[in-house]
Amino acid sequence: MQERTMAATEIARQAGEGARAVPLSGHVGFDSMPDQLVNKSVNHGFCFNILCVGETGLGKSTLMDTLFNTKFEGEPTQHNQPGVQLKSNTYELQESNVRLKLTVVNTVGFGDQINKEDSYKSIVEFIDAQFEAYLQEELKIKRTLHSYHDTRIHACLYFIAPTGHSLKSLDLVTMKKLDSKVNIIPIIAKSDAISKSELAKFKIKITSELVSNGVQIYQFPTDDETVAEINSTMNGHLPFAVVGSTEEVKIGNKMVRARQYPWGTVQVENENHCDFVKLREMLIRVNMEDLREQTHTRHYELYRRCKLEEMGFKDTDPDSKPFSLQETYEAKRNEFMGELQKKEEEMRQMFVQRVKEKEAELKEAEKELHEKFDRLKKLHQDEKKKLEDKKKSLDDELNGFKQKKTAAELLQSQNQQPGGSATLKKDKERKNSGFL
Amino acid sequence: MAQKNLEGYVGFASLPNQVYRKSVKRGFEFTLMVVGESGLGKSTLINSLFLTDLYSGEYPGPSNRIKKTVQVEQSKVLMKEGGVQLLLSIVDTPGFGDAVDNSNCWQPVIDHIDSKFEDYLNAESRVNRRQMPDSRVHCCLYFIAPSGHGLKPLDIEFMKRLHEKVNIIPLIAKADTLTPEECQQFKKQIMREILEHKIKIYEFPETDDEEENKIVKTIKDRLPLAVVGSNTIIEANGKKVRGRQYPWGVAEVENGDHCDFTLLRNMLIRTHMQDLKDVTNNVHYENYRSRKLAAVTCNGIDNNKAKGQLTKSPLAQMEEERREHVTKMKKMEMEMEQVFEMKVKEKVQKLKDSEGELQRRHEQMKKNLEAQHKELEERRRQFEEERSTWETQQRILEQQKMTLEKNKKKGKIF
Repeated sequence: MQERTMAATEIARQAGEGARAVPLSGHVGFDSMPDQLVNKSVNHGFCFNILCVGETGLGKSTLMDTLFNTKFEGEPTQHNQPGVQLKSNTYELQESNVRLKLTVVNTVGFGDQINKEDSYKSIVEFIDAQFEAYLQEELKIKRTLHSYHDTRIHACLYFIAPTGHSLKSLDLVTMKKLDSKVNIIPIIAKSDAISKSELAKFKIKITSELVSNGVQIYQFPTDDETVAEINSTMNGHLPFAVVGSTEEVKIGNKMVRARQYPWGTVQVENENHCDFVKLREMLIRVNMEDLREQTHTRHYELYRRCKLEEMGFKDTDPDSKPFSLQETYEAKRNEFMGELQKKEEEMRQMFVQRVKEKEAELKEAEKELHEKFDRLKKLHQDEKKKLEDKKKSLDDELNGFKQKKTAAELLQSQNQQPGGSATLKKDKERKNSGFL
Repeated sequence: MAQKNLEGYVGFASLPNQVYRKSVKRGFEFTLMVVGESGLGKSTLINSLFLTDLYSGEYPGPSNRIKKTVQVEQSKVLMKEGGVQLLLSIVDTPGFGDAVDNSNCWQPVIDHIDSKFEDYLNAESRVNRRQMPDSRVHCCLYFIAPSGHGLKPLDIEFMKRLHEKVNIIPLIAKADTLTPEECQQFKKQIMREILEHKIKIYEFPETDDEEENKIVKTIKDRLPLAVVGSNTIIEANGKKVRGRQYPWGVAEVENGDHCDFTLLRNMLIRTHMQDLKDVTNNVHYENYRSRKLAAVTCNGIDNNKAKGQLTKSPLAQMEEERREHVTKMKKMEMEMEQVFEMKVKEKVQKLKDSEGELQRRHEQMKKNLEAQHKELEERRRQFEEERSTWETQQRILEQQKMTLEKNKKKGKIF
């Protein structure tokens, strides 16, 4: 029924805004409205989600068992976990006619690593994931919020080791990261290890350290007169020093949950021994509904607001006129489409550019090739010319020789006529040679 | 999920009390709409229901505010009872059904309801959400004139157009003009017609409680409720009752034998007020919202895809579109790359071919030239050989000649 919380108005304020108060002349019957609402809630069932953060071995599981009077699942974890994991289990509990879907989330391996810098990260991620799931459901077009199983963490029990001195730096860092995301209830675990005087000092030290570091822990609400007093008293007892036990010991003639030591028995439900009863009272019997409400109206709203702003949603346009949902979605959508188109265009342009570059490259290569071959051609032309010249000179020589030969032959034939003997001799020689 | 048994009292059974406490602190609000022609006793009924002079001389009811066209007006009153505060808004529609031509007289009503849904949707969708006032109409009392015959066309038309926007509770007005038998007949006829026209009037939810179911069955059998209202207290049988004084007797408003007023009041205020709000929020508002958002976000998407989008939030849808676009871009890029590579390969190949061609031609020419060179060399060689042979010959001849000359000179003439 927590959606109803968002629809609530401050009725008294409304009265000042044009609603006139009218007297009733009889019993109308709308004073049954709270009952109607309650009946619906009971029929629908309740759900509550607790996150237990603390080092291994601080008794987180035992405390849950003790708080809810039942044995939840789980083996005690070893100290050798490589990182922080979150293990979540959901149980259906019933008490008289009230059905409760309880989810207990445990941090496994918290504080066991040598380097604890990232310890808080998985926790924050887990919490955010639950918010995100709810947000996604809330934003769906066809949604079923009414039957949605709410997994958002309503309370975070932070287990502080009972050193008696102060908070560890891991504790401060983690709580600081969580305080704007979840209702933190700090608890001193295994507080039977601390004496009463030490405990008082320890509590004061813790509270002052939290304040000086600006850690916002959950304050039990004091705005409702019916519970204001008890809540404000309890606020003063924070952090609660608890002891958990599932073992029962006989005290007097009753069986009570306790831890038995040689020097005495620590009774879990004895308010002088520890603050267990206070924790149970505050967490379950008085403020469970408020824890759920705070988670929904404060922590979830903060997550949602940050998430939407991150995505670029605004409530008013640049002229400070409020956006209607339609306008917001349309604007977002147009922006989105524009972005996509721009990307496409950019890619196309890039390709056009590459093509241009490559073309220029190839053109250049082509030019070089042609130049090369032009050069070769020229060389070839030169060679050819040389050859031509040589040919010509040979031809000239040949001609010259021919002429010479012809001239010589002519001269010789002339010589033959007058002398005759030379010729005859030549003929004789010839003939002789012929004889031989 | 495991069922666990508790071995002792834990205390979360106090959760209902916590819820009770918080709800009382918050206070309640309810918006009731009354629709019907003038003179059907709407204002009187409201005053009777809430035992107050909501409508009085100072704040007249809708029938006294004669309007030319149908208006939709709202009055807010704050009531307190038993520590519980209720902010009641009554929306009335003066002028409804009073004109000669009543076509579309339901439109202002529809517009009003939609605008309230719109306000809520916008408030719900803001980034910075404050506490949102819920001014959505939770219930519409529709007054049927006691003609005794059946529904008028206007009645049917109105209910058909509004049954999916608001919880409609049809009432037979001024039921003291009908005898019980006439009333029975009238009711049967009306329910028949409602069924026939598939009008969805407000349905009472089934519960696990036997007792409650019995009451619900009683009401269901007597639908639509026939009511009588009165602003005056009359003395009847020694008692002071709200009623209408006739010469023949007093019609008592709160007498179950006289009319169904008590049933209406119990149902509307004492038992089902919360359910009316829940149905408005979970059904009517969600219908409006999903239709509105589907229109906004499915703009430009074809209908086949649109069906699947409804289960996503518009933002998740945009995310998906973004992812789809990334794949599309990758594919486009790959394709473009392929085309680019292919073209480059083509061009490079062409260049290579061209180079090869030129190279070949060059080789050819070179060979040619070489051949010519060789030829020339050969010719020259031949020529030189020939020449040197001839020159040698000539030299011999010369020598011979010179020897002859010498001999001649010496006197050896032959």
